[in-house]
Amino acid sequence: MKLELIGITKRFGSLVANDHIDLVVEPGQVHSLLGENGAGKSTLMNVLYGLYDPTEGEIRVDDEPVVFKGPADAMAAGIGMVHQHFMLVPVFTVAENVALGNETTKAGGLLNLSRTRERIREISDQYGFDVDPDAVVEDLPVGVQQRVEIIKALVRDAEVLILDEPTAVLTPRETDELLGIMGQLTADGKSIVFISHKLREVKAVSDVITVIRRGKVVGTAEPSASTTELASLMVGRSVSLTLDKAPATPGEASFRVHELVVQAANGQRVVDGLSFEVSRGEILAVAGVQGNGQTELTEAILGLQDHVSGSITLDGVELVGRSVKDIIRAGVGFVPEDRSVEGLVGSFTVAENLVLNRYDDAAFARGLSMSPAAIRTNAEEKIEEFDIRTQSASSAAGTLSGGNQQKVVMARELSRPLKLFIASQPTRGVDVGSIEFLHRRIVAERDGGTPVIIVSTELDEVLELADRIAVLYRGRFMGIVPGTVSRDVLGLMMAGMPADEALAQADDIEGGDL
Amino acid sequence: MSPQEENQVPPGPEASTAPTATTGPEAPTSEQTLLQRIMTGNALVAFLSVVLSLILGGLLIAVTDPAVGRASSYFFTRPQDTLGAAWSAASNAYIALFQGSVINVRGTTFTSVIYPLTQTLTVATPLICAGLGVALAFRAGLFNIGAQGQILIGATFAAWVGFTLHLPAGLHLLLVVLAGMVGGAVWAGLVGLLKARTGAHEVILTIMFNYIATNLVLYFLSTPAFQRPGSTNPISPQLDDTAVYPLLLGPAFRLHWGFVVAVVATVFVWWLLNRSTVGFELRAVGANPSAARTAGISVSKGYILAMAIAGALAGLAGVAQVSGTEQVLTSGVAASFGFDAITVALLGRSSPWGTFAAGILFGAFRAGGVTMQASTGTSIDIVLVVQSLIVLFIAAPPLVRALFRLPVPGAAGRGSTPRTPVSTGAAA
Repeated sequence: MKLELIGITKRFGSLVANDHIDLVVEPGQVHSLLGENGAGKSTLMNVLYGLYDPTEGEIRVDDEPVVFKGPADAMAAGIGMVHQHFMLVPVFTVAENVALGNETTKAGGLLNLSRTRERIREISDQYGFDVDPDAVVEDLPVGVQQRVEIIKALVRDAEVLILDEPTAVLTPRETDELLGIMGQLTADGKSIVFISHKLREVKAVSDVITVIRRGKVVGTAEPSASTTELASLMVGRSVSLTLDKAPATPGEASFRVHELVVQAANGQRVVDGLSFEVSRGEILAVAGVQGNGQTELTEAILGLQDHVSGSITLDGVELVGRSVKDIIRAGVGFVPEDRSVEGLVGSFTVAENLVLNRYDDAAFARGLSMSPAAIRTNAEEKIEEFDIRTQSASSAAGTLSGGNQQKVVMARELSRPLKLFIASQPTRGVDVGSIEFLHRRIVAERDGGTPVIIVSTELDEVLELADRIAVLYRGRFMGIVPGTVSRDVLGLMMAGMPADEALAQADDIEGGDL
Repeated sequence: MSPQEENQVPPGPEASTAPTATTGPEAPTSEQTLLQRIMTGNALVAFLSVVLSLILGGLLIAVTDPAVGRASSYFFTRPQDTLGAAWSAASNAYIALFQGSVINVRGTTFTSVIYPLTQTLTVATPLICAGLGVALAFRAGLFNIGAQGQILIGATFAAWVGFTLHLPAGLHLLLVVLAGMVGGAVWAGLVGLLKARTGAHEVILTIMFNYIATNLVLYFLSTPAFQRPGSTNPISPQLDDTAVYPLLLGPAFRLHWGFVVAVVATVFVWWLLNRSTVGFELRAVGANPSAARTAGISVSKGYILAMAIAGALAGLAGVAQVSGTEQVLTSGVAASFGFDAITVALLGRSSPWGTFAAGILFGAFRAGGVTMQASTGTSIDIVLVVQSLIVLFIAAPPLVRALFRLPVPGAAGRGSTPRTPVSTGAAA
């Protein structure tokens, strides 16, 4: 099936999200859409999937113009979509989820799932999915849940599959498996629209790459193009993807964690006996697939977790049991993993957010009375220094783009003398241009002699920043390895293999790139 | 990126101007988002809601007017009679409402001309105080339904000090005011404490505390400590002369110093919310508790403090009643001020001066409603209908926007709301 988008324009009021976008997806191809967050990729796919009406332009399937009034029309035309956040009912079985929406019934109104089960087995065998139709979805690993989503589309005879940021939730190994599945699907004549901002994956799997910036197609590229070329196309200017940082000159180990245990409300040990040290002037990156205890670890350091045992010392001072305010005052800078939930008050102004944890400092308040002038001056300085793109210091922080919101959080935390800097997912959802800037600031903080902890699920980021890497798996470290270690080793450790085994096994394979 | 997220972070530099982005994911629950939107809505919507409610109220007055009823029996022969009667019924009622609440144009002396205005301000005083309490709690993320109970307890404390202790002028009144504030603060602070410690929902707590307060006051009034000597009626002794607010404009008017206290309270709440570190904490807790916690602000302390201050403000409303207009404690001393206070805060969009203005408007409705009933026979209940309509319209801003063809904030145009992607799994 050949799919064409011709001159698709989508406006939201005065905002042009898609500006005359042309796209042709040939059968048997992987067509990648590359672009920064907010470039208009998802809007375009929502137009294609019938979730939005295009303001202008038309969609053609096999040269016939079609109009989609909703996802049902798109599905009927052979288009299937796998959303980044899965649309599955967790307590249903695979078969129930797949049948949902076009269930067939037997006499007496009873569900007839046998036909669905059969189809799932067929598809599963054909592509080597290894999915049991009777498994309950919530018990399945994320990678398998994603395959269920793909099966849902295939059962409805999708010829074109849209995969929206499919690798964001996967381990490196699961990513490799997904890329393999994509190859099989295209070999079978299906076509795939692959949305991503991860250059490495896009290059590995694509037949054609279309780059979108600010709602417009700015060019197409061959998969053989270099990552630097692709990044420059995406951002619209040349970007340096490799951070030239000087080797670390670690000083005294001023931050120590000993036998740290954090229990969840249900008693489960989400952080299970961690001991490590971070030295002045060193970046320790904590890698791992999301949900392996990273959140709890960083929150425990800041005093946000309730059931903590063990010891956390900064310059010899015990932090466990102290209030968040005390710990912040002790010189801990903290960039939380979800800036819009924990990092910022969206309805507060940029200026207020820049003093969110320092509003009662002598610099900004005398007694109970705050000084709006000092807060404003501070905001203007930080906006300048961190190049925060905002209409004014009094704009609500929630109106800023993700990258600029992150700069607000980062500016707040880095603009006071720190004894420890912790950043979780420092560049999640941040555009490539800002990533570069934020990374430089993190390294500058390290070079200033602060111990730095970076928690990231992005291997690229970990390898870029880390002097040492600790891999967290089910609340335990699989080991702490040097920052120069290969991706393969990290991949194995993230899947739960201890460092020494992973190093040995990676030596055997030797030379695998992805 | 899901379609919803895409909508929140629109592409391009124009994104910063798109108000859709403000409804970001920071609001923890949809219930809270909704309340947030209602309580801090658009000023224009608030104004148009008042206009719309007055128009609908006028229609109701016209429809129920006997003269209009008689004229409508021959509507098809002489429609102008019906319309004329309808116009005069509604306009007479509203003119009476205006004259009863602002300026009496038929007054012969200066005193009688401005008397209605002072009545409005007198009635507005408890509404403003209690409204400020509701507004302040709301800014801290708490939906305080309990102003009624807080007024009652505040009034009880104040009255007891007022008729039991016999102190010199000045000191006595000061103690009465403080007692009222402490009473309200303790009553509401308990709610804050329970919420902070046990996670109980403040709406349920405050409603229950209202029942308890109402019946507790009835009980007190059945005990000798609160009854007049030799009487078993549920009415307290008169407050000492040293315990009542002096009249502000002399004996010709009922307006008392409680109104000045209400103005001071408004200034204080404005300062507290916008210029003090405490207000910064409360607003942060209200707007995003997770971010507040991460910034080292104690959310539990915020809840307790916000409720205590809110209760103290409601307590001031109680003082305005016992020490201002009533000068005795009865079970009806709070009238329905505590519930109207919610409406007042709502109409005032939870801002201190907005609440002040809304309090005066509702004071005018009450004061004018009495005159309207007396001079045109239109029942004062119509005023309550208008008040309720205002709330209804404010709570449903899309309705007002549709009626006046206002643009939706963040004017996204046709098809801007994505069809819910959740349905995609089920549609086939």
